[in-house]
Amino acid sequence: MGETKPEAVLAWDGPLSPPRRNGELVFDALWESRVFGMTMQLYERGAFAWDEFRDYLIAVIAEWDRTHDVDDPGYRYWDCWLRAFESLIAAKGLCGPAVVEDRVAELAARPAGHDH
Amino acid sequence: MSDHHDGHDHDHDPIARRNALRAEALESLLIERGIVDPALIDAVVARFEQDIGPLNGSKLVARAWIDPEFRTRLIADPWAAAEELALATGPERTPIVVLENTAATHNVVVCTLCSCYPSSLLGLPPTWYKSPPYRSRVVREPRAVLREMGLDLPADTEVRVWDSSAEVRYMILPARPAGTDGWSEDRLATLVTRDALIGVARPEVSARG
Repeated sequence: MGETKPEAVLAWDGPLSPPRRNGELVFDALWESRVFGMTMQLYERGAFAWDEFRDYLIAVIAEWDRTHDVDDPGYRYWDCWLRAFESLIAAKGLCGPAVVEDRVAELAARPAGHDH
Repeated sequence: MSDHHDGHDHDHDPIARRNALRAEALESLLIERGIVDPALIDAVVARFEQDIGPLNGSKLVARAWIDPEFRTRLIADPWAAAEELALATGPERTPIVVLENTAATHNVVVCTLCSCYPSSLLGLPPTWYKSPPYRSRVVREPRAVLREMGLDLPADTEVRVWDSSAEVRYMILPARPAGTDGWSEDRLATLVTRDALIGVARPEVSARG
């Protein structure tokens, strides 16, 4: 597939556009950049079309808008990205929700101090 | 500011912690299934971070190249200059010193203690800027480090190394490259890379123009 142009992500307007500071992508936590990196890698390998992911992201953000006040401080862009990515890989048959739930439970059950 | 991450915010935020777990679960599953190559994840992110330039610093330099009076004001008061261009810099106002690179003098910036960096003008610090080898070696042997990074300075150019701190940060004002006569301000700004603003590279027409 070749390399993704940053414009593919950054051309999106409004709520779809990733948070930027001084023009650059902003990640507040490591997992956010890892999920972003996984998404772009799968896209570049041809696992999905870019618009497919965009459609999931649109749906997740719309769902948030429907169920929250406009100024709800709990809104986090990368949470929406994570949910869109989960829906996409499930739809593509790469990794279903039940398996993910099992793995989350497994990881959560680790003794304290092992999840860093 | 992105200078001093502690990385432990999720301990106090159940949603952030839950998401971190979900992301870790997805990553481990996709790696096990051979769908994702873990070694390439950060490389993709780094490419995006590198390709998206530090817009504010680039714009300041481009304006200074075409407007000598703005150049004087930029050196006298960088924050006022940023406000003059209506740049979104956030509330942070740590003093910034603008250092002009010329054929006679080459300035390069480091933070020997940690990774102090004027991120509101220069964006996110690159990974190497935070690495112990750069932080320690650029002070002792700046010419060798710069050469390794692709910048071979003439012997008669004086090299000065500036150590950032919580009290003062630095931004390099590189020299405008030859062959850019008549270029628009926006086009000039595309030449001003993050590395040039730190002083480990010089803007070049052939590289990005």
